[in-house]
Amino acid sequence: MFSYFLRRVILMLPVAFGVSVICFLLVQIAPGDPLTAIMPVDATADEQAAMRAIYGLDKPLPVQYAIWIGNLAQGDMGKSIATGRPVAGEVFGAVQNSLLLAASAAVIAFPIGIFLGFLAGYFRDTLLDRAVTAISIAGVSVPNYWLGIVLVIIFSVNLGWLPSMGAGPGGSQDWSWDWLHIRHLVLPAVTLAVVPIGIVARTVRALAGDLLTQDFVLALYAKGMSRGDVLRHVARNAAATALSVMGLQLGYLLGGSILIETVFNWPGSGFLLSNAIFQRDLPLLQGTILVLALFFVGMNLIVDVAQAAIDPRIKRS
Amino acid sequence: MRHFKEGIAALLLAASLTCAQGAAAQGTLRIGMTASDIPLTTGQTDQGGEGMRFMGYTVYDSLIEWDLTSADKPSVLIPGLATEWSVDAEDKTKWTLKLREGVTFHDGSPFTAADAVWNFDKLLVDTSEQYDSRQAAQGKSRIPAVASYSAVDDYTLEIITKTPDATLPYQLAWILMSSKANWEALDKDWEKVANTPSGTGPWKLEAFVPRERAELVPNEAYWDETRIPKLDKMVLIPLPEPNARAAALLSGQVDWIEAPAPDTIPAMTGNGFTISSNAYPHNWTWHLSRLEGSPWNDIRVRKAANLAIDREGMGALLGGLMVPAKGFLPPSSQWFGEPTFEVKYDPEAAKALLAEAGYSVENPLKVKALISPSGSGQMLPLPMNEYLQQSLAEVGIEVEFMVVEWNQMINLWRAGAADAAVEGAMSINFTYFIQDPFTGLIRHLSCDLIAPNGTNWGHYCDPEMQALFDEIKTTFDPEEQDKVLRKTHEKYVDDALFLMVTHDVAPRALSPKVKGFVQAQNWYQNFSSITME
Repeated sequence: MFSYFLRRVILMLPVAFGVSVICFLLVQIAPGDPLTAIMPVDATADEQAAMRAIYGLDKPLPVQYAIWIGNLAQGDMGKSIATGRPVAGEVFGAVQNSLLLAASAAVIAFPIGIFLGFLAGYFRDTLLDRAVTAISIAGVSVPNYWLGIVLVIIFSVNLGWLPSMGAGPGGSQDWSWDWLHIRHLVLPAVTLAVVPIGIVARTVRALAGDLLTQDFVLALYAKGMSRGDVLRHVARNAAATALSVMGLQLGYLLGGSILIETVFNWPGSGFLLSNAIFQRDLPLLQGTILVLALFFVGMNLIVDVAQAAIDPRIKRS
Repeated sequence: MRHFKEGIAALLLAASLTCAQGAAAQGTLRIGMTASDIPLTTGQTDQGGEGMRFMGYTVYDSLIEWDLTSADKPSVLIPGLATEWSVDAEDKTKWTLKLREGVTFHDGSPFTAADAVWNFDKLLVDTSEQYDSRQAAQGKSRIPAVASYSAVDDYTLEIITKTPDATLPYQLAWILMSSKANWEALDKDWEKVANTPSGTGPWKLEAFVPRERAELVPNEAYWDETRIPKLDKMVLIPLPEPNARAAALLSGQVDWIEAPAPDTIPAMTGNGFTISSNAYPHNWTWHLSRLEGSPWNDIRVRKAANLAIDREGMGALLGGLMVPAKGFLPPSSQWFGEPTFEVKYDPEAAKALLAEAGYSVENPLKVKALISPSGSGQMLPLPMNEYLQQSLAEVGIEVEFMVVEWNQMINLWRAGAADAAVEGAMSINFTYFIQDPFTGLIRHLSCDLIAPNGTNWGHYCDPEMQALFDEIKTTFDPEEQDKVLRKTHEKYVDDALFLMVTHDVAPRALSPKVKGFVQAQNWYQNFSSITME
């Protein structure tokens, strides 16, 4: 297991390299100029050229990439062009906030999704199954930024129960687990949880429905096992696949919450990424994408290892 | 049962804390900005006019400032850290500024002429120890006239310009003074200064969370007693998404938002919020290509386009939050003058002019226009441009749009009409600051500022106009200079040099608790007079 784990970690290096090359090239292809964020429109061509030289943007692309990757190898992710602040601080602070949001959404979504999925799978082709199916399809289909706006109108504007934006009265740096802060998390986390509820419920429904028709379930009943014990066996059999789906969903929650973070002004990686895109803030863009991609790869690795631990049939070689 | 009681107690505590938060808001003004980040805090701000408004003229002062006390008349320059300024009678490149005595930075150090010199070096001398590329990027281009400067004594500053330039006072109104002592105390590190900046302004930055909030408190020792803030605190929150801004105001999380979307205004006014607006030097136009072969070289076509737009009708699209253009500058501008060409809606006259030029609805003039789907100060660019497209089609001008994202639009604005990247577009819809003679008039049409050297996008060059620009720069008496500026603007309008459409009115939505705000006809505002009920 250890050698498998080590090999996977080593394999992350070429993935990280590939991601870094792709994101570097993609941001270069997009039209626009990072200097527009930091210079008035009246800046003369000479002043622009001088500033381009200061930020190294006048160098050929391969040289720019080599400098960036060289600094990265030494743990320096560079400085944001738009803000002048170190990219590492910006990215890790934002990722931390996104993790908080993603984990909260996962805590809401996964138990609900599993419960609904199992219910639908067990009572397959009944009214209950159809109701759960309808809920999951709606969850996956409803645009979550629209749902976010609707929830804000209902719970913030009309009822005044929950705040509509931000990560707490003093900002994310003062985060603590009290109601004053948690209330800021409720609406974005619920909105973000809707899609994974649908996906997890659909997955678990299919797994449970399939497993319940297999011979081993009949054999367990034939041995006189109670319904609860049989379901426990079914759950263990479904766990590995469900875990894999949930792991991927956690990755999506972290990297795919740009719209939700924008709607709720949540200071996470999605919000950071969207600003970096609009400002063509290349170092910040590259740093954020790289960290998110590595998180996704790392998440896959953790899920693989956990799968093997849960289900001994899954051999790792 | 014990858990139930604990739960009830927790809920009561939460409720009391929530109420306490509301109570703490007395004397605290929370503003939702359109910026996506807190503007640069070290002195010379970024984020355009909004940056100067919230982090510039609040924490810092400039030598010469804008008068922000009146809502009824256009802003003029007034003494700031300099009490008086004059140009040498013999040598028109030599300016002397008398500095205000007894002014201290927030860190307690005194402001002197040596500090002013140190601040100019911060922006202009890249070999100086305090040179800051981020502030230089914002400030250097604002003072193109400055050649050198020196401290004659503690309270006398001398500035030499490259050529005689009577617009220097307007240029100096951009330059904000940071504390040298504070920078030295913070290991000469601008990153550290960003967290604990020190200016001489009426507000002090107390707390700062990048991208999330900045908290300003009054500088009780401010040199102008009439501008010592009455509030306990002002909190700035970046809220770039218009719906998030509106929801934050309606749910009571902020007391003030910048630029409410027109379609959210009925909900706000219906809930007791007020909309504050006023004319200010902002322009929403189409700049026209004057390259050889451009149809906009024909004055009949330019006038026809200007007569084809029902600007009052556009007001409905913007919830009435606009000033219909009567010229290039807003009608309330001190430099508007008395142009003879009346910018109004007269489609028949437009058709007649186009017929003279050889075009009609059946045989339309075909033009390509650069527009953006969004952007700072662009108001509602897509529906507004579609409105123009429809209006122009009705008189015989068929417009094809080239839509580009805002960041790229800025690049194309800088590149100019002749650049291959604009793909033959003959006009560009761009909005901007027109507060001083340079940004308001000179930069758009000066021969030496033809893109990419400057922002004369259309490559216009006219000796008569250039002579007027030269006269603006060499007329040192402010009243005489105003006369030249009026004459220049009259030529702008009479020659119909742009498609003049509208001016923004800087709308902001305020909670009924906000009292005492006077919205000046300026990009910057005075927050010192505000109280919270």
